[in-house]
Amino acid sequence: MSSVIQFISNLFGSPALLLGLIVLIGLLLQAKPASEVVRGTLKAILGFVILGAGAGVLIGALEHFGTLFQEAFNAQGIVPNNEAIVAKALDSSGEFASATAFIMVIGMACNIILARFSRFKYVFLTGHHTLFMAALISVVTGVAGLTGLLQYVVGGMALGLTMVLFPALGQKYMSKVTGSDDLAIGHFSTTTYWLSGFVGKLVGKNSKSTEEMNFPKGLSFLRDSSVAVSLTMLLMFLVVTIVAGPQFVSETMGIGDNYIIFAFMQSLTFAAGVYIVLQGVRMVISEIVPAFKGWSDKIVPDAKPALDCPVVFPYAPNAVVIGFLVSFVGGIIGMLILAAVGDIVILPGVIPHFFLGATAAVFGNATGGRRGAVIGAFVNGIAISFLPLLLLPVLGNLGLENTTFGDADFVVVGAVIGVIAAWGKWVIAAVVAVLFALPIVEGVLRKA
Amino acid sequence: MKKIVCICGNGLGSSFLLEMNVKAVLKDLNRTDIEVEHSDMGSAYKGMANLIICANDLKDNLTRFGNTAGLNNIMSKSEIKTILEDFLNG
Repeated sequence: MSSVIQFISNLFGSPALLLGLIVLIGLLLQAKPASEVVRGTLKAILGFVILGAGAGVLIGALEHFGTLFQEAFNAQGIVPNNEAIVAKALDSSGEFASATAFIMVIGMACNIILARFSRFKYVFLTGHHTLFMAALISVVTGVAGLTGLLQYVVGGMALGLTMVLFPALGQKYMSKVTGSDDLAIGHFSTTTYWLSGFVGKLVGKNSKSTEEMNFPKGLSFLRDSSVAVSLTMLLMFLVVTIVAGPQFVSETMGIGDNYIIFAFMQSLTFAAGVYIVLQGVRMVISEIVPAFKGWSDKIVPDAKPALDCPVVFPYAPNAVVIGFLVSFVGGIIGMLILAAVGDIVILPGVIPHFFLGATAAVFGNATGGRRGAVIGAFVNGIAISFLPLLLLPVLGNLGLENTTFGDADFVVVGAVIGVIAAWGKWVIAAVVAVLFALPIVEGVLRKA
Repeated sequence: MKKIVCICGNGLGSSFLLEMNVKAVLKDLNRTDIEVEHSDMGSAYKGMANLIICANDLKDNLTRFGNTAGLNNIMSKSEIKTILEDFLNG
């Protein structure tokens, strides 16, 4: 008997198996053929195991980076990277991981409910961001003291809300970008995209579009995330290692290798870890997203799909390059300001600056031409260098890591939940429930 | 068996949506004999597929890996249909 209980508690305590179980039930409900059921279930579990393995690889390098940064600049250096912090959150003893799996599934159901009954007719199809947001909500609600079913339901409702409210926030400017009202943005930095669109409108009067100029396309190789992460980590590792000095590396850290070789290998080890995590995430969501899309197509056929940010890149390829460069400059300025005044420094992460800066510039360009693109992307770059500071206090022990969430909406959601949850777990539960119910009641009344 | 790979920068979001759209169009065309996958730019290699589909802004980075088609709007079924018909007939 005790072995049966052990079996069941291990099954629910192991996030990989829990996720496999959820996918298995989903595939059975869709009446898929046996081969598909076996393949999908195993791949989801395998993806989670790979994700954990990638976390192991990148965390070692990240800890070395933190030590070196502390020695070199006497401050905590944080590299914002969603994959790294999510891998770390899902890795740590499993307490957040099982909650993440439940919150993700309940959140997607809540998204469909909201799209069906409220005025927010959006279906959020960017699966990896759904997973990241579920992980964030699982951590902040967990730190706030929510556990078990209460945490899953409150977290799920909160996730469902983010999956419709952020696309709704972006829609005004998104329709300007795409020239139609059919697509929505489903990428969790909508706050800075909206800000860029808003700023663009203020400053961009009579400014010509970025697409009316010739601009070199040579930087698009940085869209390859493995190359981009390697290059920036290499640069950052070399700087901190050289400033910390060879003596610190060999004597205090006890590293036998030459310090330059050490820096080189550690930066590539970090990039390799990110690459492995990405592969794991890809496998985890590969069964979940089509199932989610299938259900939502059936239940809310008139909903707008909220899509990953590169969807807007073909509408303004020049703005994409300008946005990355300008946002990165904003990130460097932000870093220098933080280094001058504080003991926590947010380093410019290349992935957030590329994808967020580019998207912000596309939004800024749509409302305010090239002036809008440049200033909008700069505002984005500054914003994402300071915003994570608001998030660190509500992440508990994970706030002490050398990495954190890079995109603005994670910060907004984490900080808001964290602040409200400080009043007590029932306060946050009530607030989320009311926020979830209001648009549904309004939608039903409007139709009646 | 012919193979199509959809590619974006991270291989997570937009290439995955593209894959679902390509599969839907292939189903409309009654061609279930073609394998469709998605991947990131860094994992691309020469000969990985009979056709690579991506958004137009990445096309220049991928042509060296083989037959590549770019899209202005990855959600446009009509654009995808044109590309697939060219591919299947050519």
